[in-house]
Amino acid sequence: MSNVISLDGIMGLGQLKAPVETPAAASGCSSSSCGSSDGPADMSPEVWEKVKNHPCYSEEAHHYFARMHVAVAPACNIQCNYCNRKYDCSNESRPGVVSEKLTPEQAITKILAVAQEIPQLSVIGIAGPGDSLAAGGKHTRKTFQYLQEKAPDLKLCLSTNGLALPDHVDFIKDFNIDHVTITINMVDPEVGQHIYPWIFYKNKRWTGLDAAKILHERQMEGLEALTSAKILVKVNSVMIPGINDEHLKDVNKAVKSRGAFLHNIMPLISDPAHGTYFGLNGQRGPTAQELKALQDECEGGAKLMRHCRQCRADAVGLLGEDRGDEFTIDKIEAMNLDGYDDSKRREYREHVELERAQRHAAKEAARADVVETLGAEVAPILVAVATKGGERINEHFGHAREFQVYEVGPKGAKFVGHRRVEEYCQGGDGDEDALENVIAAIADCAAVFVAKIGGCPKKSLTDAGIDPVDSFAFEYIEESALTYFKDYAERLAQGSVTSRAGMDAVIRPREPLARSA
Amino acid sequence: MAYKIVASDCTACGACEAECPSNAINFKKGTYVIDPTKCTECEGSFDSQQCAAVCPADCCVPA
Ligand code: SF4
Ligand code: SF4
Repeated sequence: MSNVISLDGIMGLGQLKAPVETPAAASGCSSSSCGSSDGPADMSPEVWEKVKNHPCYSEEAHHYFARMHVAVAPACNIQCNYCNRKYDCSNESRPGVVSEKLTPEQAITKILAVAQEIPQLSVIGIAGPGDSLAAGGKHTRKTFQYLQEKAPDLKLCLSTNGLALPDHVDFIKDFNIDHVTITINMVDPEVGQHIYPWIFYKNKRWTGLDAAKILHERQMEGLEALTSAKILVKVNSVMIPGINDEHLKDVNKAVKSRGAFLHNIMPLISDPAHGTYFGLNGQRGPTAQELKALQDECEGGAKLMRHCRQCRADAVGLLGEDRGDEFTIDKIEAMNLDGYDDSKRREYREHVELERAQRHAAKEAARADVVETLGAEVAPILVAVATKGGERINEHFGHAREFQVYEVGPKGAKFVGHRRVEEYCQGGDGDEDALENVIAAIADCAAVFVAKIGGCPKKSLTDAGIDPVDSFAFEYIEESALTYFKDYAERLAQGSVTSRAGMDAVIRPREPLARSA
Repeated sequence: MAYKIVASDCTACGACEAECPSNAINFKKGTYVIDPTKCTECEGSFDSQQCAAVCPADCCVPA
């Protein structure tokens, strides 16, 4: 099962050095051949230093670390047209999912229980299900306060719509909150009034332009206060075609000039079943190509912008099998955490540092090989990958609930996004409708890399012009993609394959009402 | 004179509890309820009923 670096494997290594207090920064970047050691042009060296080894943002670290969100903040202070109050905030791109609401005390118990069992856990986030800072941010504050006492090595992060942010800047500084995500969908109230029907601010409900104007001002004030305090700020925007799609270019400029280190544009997921205003009004979400075109245009740090989508927000699901049932509140409350022990986690981090340094060199060699054989001018392609993590192709086609899409070409292989799908294979039977949906979701890809695939779906994929590839099973994604690309480009030159340039794909919602995490 | 919560629409988010100036709102058996003996309709404190203004489900209404 565990293809994310097995724990037994680590524990069996034996020759590991004694765990150090703070994991050493990966030093594999010292040679000038490593492309990712240079910071993007629009980022200060100071910020880049923090970002480059951050588990959520660095090029490889996200494959090995997990984040866990605890749903301690159900109250919200604004209404968004893409939100259904019954479910989690779409802020974190989880529409239609209901989290188990926890009190701060329950959240701490759960975090410590999971941290002890799952050493990959390194970041704890609070993103809702409402707004983490609404209602005075009381639960969020309490949870982080406890956590600092009990497990100070875990990094903390929070997400907010920004309305209450200026009131909490001191707390964020005092508690070493590592990074803050603000959802900013507009910098012009004229646009904002079509996204936010109302806000609650200073004991009053505000609507229309007034609401959007206040929200905008508070967002900018909070953003500036955080960046001048040197706290990493990521901005999320929801791309809503016809409402803010063009406008997001202005948002991009506004937030970057105020020091946000990352601007992450995500698609509106619109489905009448979610019962949102947009869902019910037939407001559509963007297609994969529309999203990618906008992301490309707003991209600053070439390799950086999209990684954060790739980390696993649910540590309990990290090990490839869902372990949520082991960590329900009843079971956790029965656990004895007096002997809480973080040694597994520290050993795991050591191991990851070693592996990352080696991986740097291997990827660079694979890329140099492509350039040498093909030159630098061949157009890149997209490939979809079925993976459970660990940077490997290690998921069965029929069991994949999402594909990771990589753009691969002479410049290397980079992650560009997720595609959610329904499991094609449930209980052994393949479902034809589900297969069609999978094909639609990856229709812009030249190939799909899987650990294993059955004969039927293989044929349907081939018929649809997508090459099903299982020859790289359990290999590393990026090297495999580059090897594949080399071969593909040669076949393209000979005319034995046709390019899929110009194809588009469908962005699918998560299945509504998934069971609680 | 008091407000009440329409329990079938309440998502139990607790936003109202945090705003009530009269401590009239409590969590009971899976939902929030307003104690009519404590609710002042926010008179003397605010221009609008805070629970109704903040409630995302618009389920705080005159009793
Ligand atoms: S109307 Fe005012 S006093 Fe009454 S429950 Fe609502 S917030 Fe409290
Ligand atoms: S604000 Fe509305 S939905 Fe939230 S707990 Fe109060 S009554 Fe229920």
